[in-house]
Amino acid sequence: MGNLKGRNLISITDFSKEEYIQVLDIAEEFEKKPKQPILSDKVVATLFFEPSTRTRLSFESAANQLGARIIGFSDPGGTSVQKGESLHDTIVMVASYADLIVMRNPKEGSSRYASEVSAVPVINAGDGANQHPTQCMLDLYSIRKTQGTLENLQIACVGDLKYGRTVHSLVQAMCNFNATFHLVSPQELKLPSSVKASIKNAGLKYYQYTDLNDVIQTADIIYMTRVQRERFPDPLEYERVKDSCILSASMLKDCKPTMKVLHPLPRVNEITVDVDSTPYAYYFQQAQNGVYVRQALMAAILGVR
Amino acid sequence: MEAKKELVVSAIENGTVIDHIPTDVVYQVIRILGLEKYNDEVLIGNYLHSGKFGRKGIVKIKNKFFDKDEINKIALVAPLASIITIRNYEVVEKIKAEIPDHIDHIIKCMNPKCITNFEQIETKFDVVDKENLKLRCHYCEKFTTKETMKFQD
Repeated sequence: MGNLKGRNLISITDFSKEEYIQVLDIAEEFEKKPKQPILSDKVVATLFFEPSTRTRLSFESAANQLGARIIGFSDPGGTSVQKGESLHDTIVMVASYADLIVMRNPKEGSSRYASEVSAVPVINAGDGANQHPTQCMLDLYSIRKTQGTLENLQIACVGDLKYGRTVHSLVQAMCNFNATFHLVSPQELKLPSSVKASIKNAGLKYYQYTDLNDVIQTADIIYMTRVQRERFPDPLEYERVKDSCILSASMLKDCKPTMKVLHPLPRVNEITVDVDSTPYAYYFQQAQNGVYVRQALMAAILGVR
Repeated sequence: MEAKKELVVSAIENGTVIDHIPTDVVYQVIRILGLEKYNDEVLIGNYLHSGKFGRKGIVKIKNKFFDKDEINKIALVAPLASIITIRNYEVVEKIKAEIPDHIDHIIKCMNPKCITNFEQIETKFDVVDKENLKLRCHYCEKFTTKETMKFQD
């Protein structure tokens, strides 16, 4: 088993396949028993330079359930950051107050930089459009939990595959597990060629579609994402394609019985509410799994698991 | 050999000569190598006649010997440059500049949202494609290419 004590988690490529699995195994333990006071002598700093509901609450809930104390801010307004303090100085200072830093910052690469100047480990909770590795780990946890394995699965990714960083990370991570990818998006929002190259380099296959109906029977996992109006320079173009990536309950009649629908949330209209009551909806449990995965990461990095 | 003819730019006894620099990047080469702050003789010639290139630039730096990683950075702008080591007025080594595996400091990340464009941070890149000059930012992980490459001030 690899030792994750003292490590940073900035990018999905920072951990090996074995290390992901190690974290997922620890997360399973916390799912069975989430309240354990194993971090009662630790202080976790959550520094959110931009608002986030789910990620921040999930980290803070995870830390609280393990007995850690939390310091930090959910908005840089009112802190020295607003007075023009550099990220460097903020991090050096906070590192002297905490045992672990969890940071979200809209500037890309900020978490990597923070990890280089911090005396304590840093977990990236999202650095702009770049990386959000704990989202990817909870996606992997949800896939393994619902399918019993991560190996040899048919993964459909739907929606904005061009800008959606969660999809990029998920595809890259699933390349370790012999997945086949079914990519459904409007022409304008196809998966970038650099991510497709990762699939090819792993010797795996991908298929591209513009109609979600074409993948429903094949998929083990349908990973939905939001198609945002502002991504389209031409509003008419948005109107033309917006319904092609919407999932409703009636479309699911021929899917595999074990198939699950995932979504990083927030959802707008890309999954109609009638899907929520089907046995295929898994997005709310997926968000809940984020707590166990973040507990596992914090415990492993702080050396108590 | 040019050295045997009358030299437009004087010979140096010991040091490094960078020859066959495209005329439009001579001053960029000087900047990349940090020679503005070098406290010894630096001889610069530009728009000199060259059999191979038509016109070329040349820089001679007295008493300065570079390590490979340092000198190879000039391959970003002058991929055909020759790097000649001179000792006692004699050529002891002549090599071509080669694009290095990592490039620190001299290039700006093309991503306007990259942290290196907000804080005083030395940029770091991994060269992922030497032929097409594609660099991956160590921080934001985005690619800077020949077309989007800008040098730091």
